[in-house]
Amino acid sequence: MRTAISELDLRSASSLTEALAILRDEARTPIAGATDVYVALNFGTLKPKRFLDIWALDELRSISLSGDTLVIGSLTTYTSLIQSPIVGERLPMLVEASRLVGGVQIQNRGTIGGNVANASPAGDALPVLAAADAVIVVRSDAGERRVPITQFYTGYRATVMTPDELIVAVEIAPVEGKQWFRKVGTRAAQAISKVVVAGVRAPMPRIAFGSIAPTVVRVPETERALGDGATIDDAEGVLAREIAPIDDIRSTAEYRRRVSMNLLRRFWAETG
Amino acid sequence: MTLRFVLNGAKTELDAHPMARLLDVLREECALTGSKEGCGEGECGACTVLVNGEPVCSCIIPVAHVEGAAVLTIEGLGGDHPLQHHFMNEVGAQCGICTPGMIMAAMALGPAPTLEDVKTALAGNLCRCTGYAAIYRAVMKWRGLEAPPSMVAE
Ligand SMILES: Cc1cc2nc3c(=O)[nH]c(=O)nc-3n(C[C@H](O)[C@H](O)[C@H](O)COP(=O)(O)OP(=O)(O)OC[C@H]3O[C@@H](n4cnc5c(N)ncnc54)[C@H](O)[C@@H]3O)c2cc1C
Ligand code: FES
Ligand code: FES
Repeated sequence: MRTAISELDLRSASSLTEALAILRDEARTPIAGATDVYVALNFGTLKPKRFLDIWALDELRSISLSGDTLVIGSLTTYTSLIQSPIVGERLPMLVEASRLVGGVQIQNRGTIGGNVANASPAGDALPVLAAADAVIVVRSDAGERRVPITQFYTGYRATVMTPDELIVAVEIAPVEGKQWFRKVGTRAAQAISKVVVAGVRAPMPRIAFGSIAPTVVRVPETERALGDGATIDDAEGVLAREIAPIDDIRSTAEYRRRVSMNLLRRFWAETG
Repeated sequence: MTLRFVLNGAKTELDAHPMARLLDVLREECALTGSKEGCGEGECGACTVLVNGEPVCSCIIPVAHVEGAAVLTIEGLGGDHPLQHHFMNEVGAQCGICTPGMIMAAMALGPAPTLEDVKTALAGNLCRCTGYAAIYRAVMKWRGLEAPPSMVAE
């Protein structure tokens, strides 16, 4: 049954400073675009009762360059990512991933910060950020810290964030090499990924998979094999040993392993 | 909270729980029942309305998010909109549950859309009845585009 709204409490913040002061003083679950939070609410699986609405914080919506680093505010929606010329130029794989998130309605509200914080192993932006060696910028009233995405997740739907912190931005240094993204789901729009992969074809390739493990994963042994000049057949074998996919309602582990190997081969063929 | 927003062109002020779903406020407080609830989880698009011109699923939006915004529902088109007539002429509506959401999603199409653009704009809207061709045809005729022969009704 849907969560009873009358039991819920919402505060709204009109500046980041105010939001962080509220989180310093009381535990509240942030609401950005609400596309994950409200699905949980409608399913009746929403556990928190107290929320902090951060949707109005326009200061978290900018996309900019700081020196050579691309800085994407956490409230940036998929629609803004798709429309952004700098993102298109610097991180085309993120544009590709954004186009495949839900339909237009979801792209208009879903945010990159929400995708990162939600910490679903199927989050489509996460392999892109992992392959790009992105840094997640989190801030609390006490200060700011920068966490490489590969160290951000500690387990299934668990992150290093503390309850008083908000994600304020995602930083991405220039990515050298051809970028590639593929999502395998049941249909193009709206499907939760069965396997999702992002890759960067550089002398030392960077490859990240989503939906095959409790968190997004890089595959360092496979990357090293390919970087050292292994054939794609050998690299596929390395990958098969390196990953330990999961069984769930959407697919079997064996299916995911096979698809991951095929995707690696595709990535290599199409970026060569 | 007292909520102020522009609903179908009219300044509106009402009391609502800030976390009430926009869909419920529209249907139950504003008596605008054109927006439908299909899935209640953002998947089907039957509840699509425009917020500041952008299609959103009103079943997964807290009403607090439309404070100060302009909301347009199917009722706001007035009942005699050209796209509504194209839906009728092409039989783009059968049971009709998806129709208000389809029409609102189509409203956000840019100028001179291609068939691909139409499909992308409507990718978040499900229809169980029509098989989509009639819907695409209605939208394309509205925008003055020729529907490909494969999509023309027998
Ligand atoms: C129909 C549908 C289709 C979808 N399809 C896809 C898909 O294809 N791929 C995909 O990856 N996802 C998909 N999603 C999931 C969702 O849209 C994304 O994860 C989205 O990016 C979440 O962003 P949001 O702003 O809506 O998050 P919210 O729902 O507002 O928040 C999600 C979580 O993140 C926390 N949070 C949000 N912002 C911050 C912040 N700045 N700092 C700290 N914590 C924060 C919230 O507290 C909450 O726990 C889909 C959802 C729906 C309803
Ligand atoms: S009812 Fe809102 S998307 Fe289905
Ligand atoms: S007309 Fe029945 S769902 Fe589309």
